[in-house]
Amino acid sequence: MTKKILAYIDHFHGKAQPSSWECLGLAGAITNDLGGEISALVLGEGVNGLAETAFHYGADQVLLADSPILKDFRPEPLADMVAMAAKEYQPDLIIFPTTSRGRTLAGMAAVDLDTGVMVDVIALDWTGGEITATRPIYAGKLLAKLTCGTTPQIVTLRTRAFDKPEPDTSRSGSITTLDVGVDAAGVATSIASLQEKGGGVSLSDANVIVSGGRGVALNSALEPPGDLDEEAAEVWKAEQGFALVQGLADVLGAAVGASRAAVDAKYIEYDHQVGQTGKVVSPDLYIACGVSGAIQHLAGMRSSKVIVAINKDPDAPIFNFARFGVVGDMHAILPPLTEALKEYLAG
Amino acid sequence: MDFGLSEEHQMVQRMVRDFAAKEVLPTIQEQDRIGGMAPFIIPRMAELGILGITIPVKYGGQGMDYISLGLVSEELEFIDTSLRVVISVHNGLTCLTLLQWGNEDQKEQYLVPLAQGKKVGCGAFTEPGAGTDFAHIQSTGKKDGQDYILNGEKMWISLASVADYAIVTVRTDQKIDPGYRGLSTFLVDLESPGITRGDIHGKLGVRAGSTGWINFQDVRVPTENMLGEEGEGFKVTMSAFDSGRYTVAAGATGLIRAALEASKSYAEERNAFGGKISDFQLIQAKIARMALDYQAARLLYLNAGWLKNQGTRNTRETSAAKWYATDASFRAASEAVQIHGAYGFSDEYPVERFMRNAKGAMIYEGSNEIQSLIQADYALGKRRDKKIRRELPPYDHQTWTFDPG
Amino acid sequence: MKIIVCVKQVPDTAATMTVDNGAISWGDAPLIINPWDEFAVEAALNLAADQGGEVVALCLGKEGETEAIKHALAMGADSAVMVSDPALKGADNVAASKVLAAAIQKIGDADLVLFGQQSVDTDTGLLPVQTARLLKWPSLTLVSKFESVNPGDSKIQVLRSMEEAVQVVDSALPAVVSVTKDYGEPRYPSFMGIRKASKAEFPIWSLADLEIETPPSSIGWPEVTEPVQKEILTEIIEGDTPEEKAKSLVEKLIAEKVL
Repeated sequence: MTKKILAYIDHFHGKAQPSSWECLGLAGAITNDLGGEISALVLGEGVNGLAETAFHYGADQVLLADSPILKDFRPEPLADMVAMAAKEYQPDLIIFPTTSRGRTLAGMAAVDLDTGVMVDVIALDWTGGEITATRPIYAGKLLAKLTCGTTPQIVTLRTRAFDKPEPDTSRSGSITTLDVGVDAAGVATSIASLQEKGGGVSLSDANVIVSGGRGVALNSALEPPGDLDEEAAEVWKAEQGFALVQGLADVLGAAVGASRAAVDAKYIEYDHQVGQTGKVVSPDLYIACGVSGAIQHLAGMRSSKVIVAINKDPDAPIFNFARFGVVGDMHAILPPLTEALKEYLAG
Repeated sequence: MDFGLSEEHQMVQRMVRDFAAKEVLPTIQEQDRIGGMAPFIIPRMAELGILGITIPVKYGGQGMDYISLGLVSEELEFIDTSLRVVISVHNGLTCLTLLQWGNEDQKEQYLVPLAQGKKVGCGAFTEPGAGTDFAHIQSTGKKDGQDYILNGEKMWISLASVADYAIVTVRTDQKIDPGYRGLSTFLVDLESPGITRGDIHGKLGVRAGSTGWINFQDVRVPTENMLGEEGEGFKVTMSAFDSGRYTVAAGATGLIRAALEASKSYAEERNAFGGKISDFQLIQAKIARMALDYQAARLLYLNAGWLKNQGTRNTRETSAAKWYATDASFRAASEAVQIHGAYGFSDEYPVERFMRNAKGAMIYEGSNEIQSLIQADYALGKRRDKKIRRELPPYDHQTWTFDPG
Repeated sequence: MKIIVCVKQVPDTAATMTVDNGAISWGDAPLIINPWDEFAVEAALNLAADQGGEVVALCLGKEGETEAIKHALAMGADSAVMVSDPALKGADNVAASKVLAAAIQKIGDADLVLFGQQSVDTDTGLLPVQTARLLKWPSLTLVSKFESVNPGDSKIQVLRSMEEAVQVVDSALPAVVSVTKDYGEPRYPSFMGIRKASKAEFPIWSLADLEIETPPSSIGWPEVTEPVQKEILTEIIEGDTPEEKAKSLVEKLIAEKVL
């Protein structure tokens, strides 16, 4: 019943995708129950550091291939290495994170190793050593339980569906260097260059959205510059409020949204409006700051996975639809919230 | 009998639905508030072939059938009435009237560019003093050598200020009795000297559209632009209405569907007394009525379209479809506003626009009072359709899709 | 240039999905072309127009379910092939890829095979990479732009996306590409295209026609369920100071796995 598990460490130029540690976390949970051994597979160039970190997150050994041929992501040479490592190590289970690269390599491994792959898994059951994976299908409208009748069984884990383990920096293990059996000339593709990804998150595509409502202008502690008239002073205050919203959004890599009230009052442009008129969004996380939550705003964000409401008014309708509510002044809550999140995400 | 839509029809329906939802819906509320037709709409519809959908390929069109025209009208009005109005006056009143009454020269010269969407057409029949009482229009056409000189004013003309051509009916014989025998119809180039036109503002609905007036001051129109013969203008105009009216019926059906979808969506979200309002019977009764009316209106216009495909006279069926669908669409839109409560009274939601738009269709293209009289005449046997000299051609797949190259 | 576009048929994305007696049901919602595939068809049509060539739509599905193929034809694909066999019911990704690879080889002479990035039903995004692997052709996923295409020299350059950056990749042809929606809006079917598509005839190949045995499937689906609609349990965050509330909220969000 013990499981030999191979966990693929996905990275970009040596910087790990955090979901790789979630894979090691799951591997650890399985071997804790059933016994077994965890190897991490690290492929790339200049990736020794990743091997060290893999031990911290629970790997017993690391299979490592470090070569210029593997520097930039190209599926073919990397998939060849995955197949080679699997054939030598003979794992029962191979775990990949569902990143663009993880998905590709898992798919190719299933072909190379004559087995199957269960993709985008959100839960795993290993009772009695039998593995059953659960994954969403039809955009999450249904859930499917899957099994794999051949070995090795290959799964890719949805990001953030499994816990990241606490790193133990005292842990270490053995590194086995793999022969890079791939010939540079034998690869049919080459990377001509890399381009930075464009800035700004679009509201429709964002996984996380931070929104501001009327409350962004209601900071009594602020003193607007003396030369502004009443209306301009209100807009000035709102801009300070939206700066806090943007600060939180920046830390989260989120898009900024707004309620119709905020847009009508000219606190922010119409492009950011979420609601019945405006955009309909369904991010994983929607943080509404100073938004009352009237039905026409809800129509735009109702299907968000987790809604957080921050509002001074404990009777604001949005608290009926939020998963988490903070009753308080958004101007007081956002700065420490942004700090705390910054710390967590950096660590 | 097969009541299903063919694969081809379903693809047409889907294509127009996608276009309207993707390209018009995002800005329509704003456009309605601003007023006037957004400049991209007509050129884009031309580009997609929508402006010539039911015209044979050899006359520059897309060679689809009359049912397709109905489906296009339904899908466009589902988003906004102003879109369907373009079809009604360009495709219906202008193109199909040319197809029915034009001679080969007129079809070559005018129908081809209209069907290709290179030119835009409208129907100029109604006047400030005569709408329903069409036989008593005041605009005149006086023969002068090789031309006629047109004088008068037409009002409530959709696309008046943006169209290139208009089909215009005027009185050419002042003395003949009964008066309707003295009307004649012309295709007029709206750039002709003596024509002035402008927009009408302050309408209750169809604000994202273009409605205007056209004034004729000694406008010279060549005799070869006459559609049909002198004195046939009333018949030509009634034929035009059979075509336009069909698109109004189909469009109003789309409006019922829009009111229904909006009501369903809101009722499923709105909570009161501890539950969704879609659970309350009084709300359900309104939605049931809309759903029923949608099914009935749809069958009525599809039947009219089918008859057109066969080449069978369908004045009665088209009139019935228009009357039923437009009454029902106003009722549905009004109830949709009611279901939305206070939010229905605000332009935050589309239902108030649906209601304002729906009212117009009860008035134009033959008021519903006139439709009622028409239906009574048919029902009581007082009216029997006589053959007209030129009938709207039946749909024939082979000849309509034939491309001379 | 010969381009094969693989298209899939799926239930309308607005459909209410339920489980009826253990089977997946979409009620009377219509079947449509997988929306992601439209981008692939659009790319194929543009490439064929630029380079001179033909576009073949390939669909693995159930006989009689022709919406996806017809849509591709109505957009402008020159011809189509359907592969259908009752033995393929329940086929997993690897099995489906084997069938597609065989069909691609039977069609023959392809310079490029295009897929949509993923499908809205089973959503694995694996068919493009697995089909490439079986054919031993380069796999280029998540392509947003074709920088240059040179069928004469069997070379192509594309822009492809990863989480952190965009790669500019030079590749040999033939290759298997998946196209993202950053490629650009797909065209609507034209009315002429709709007419042609509804009359179009295309072959339906069985596994016997492909001269392959039923490929085995490793993945089993013991159960499909509707997710339990959880009541929203609103939790008001406790704390005496804003700083305390902020910290507490962060902890809750971590536990909720949305960060």
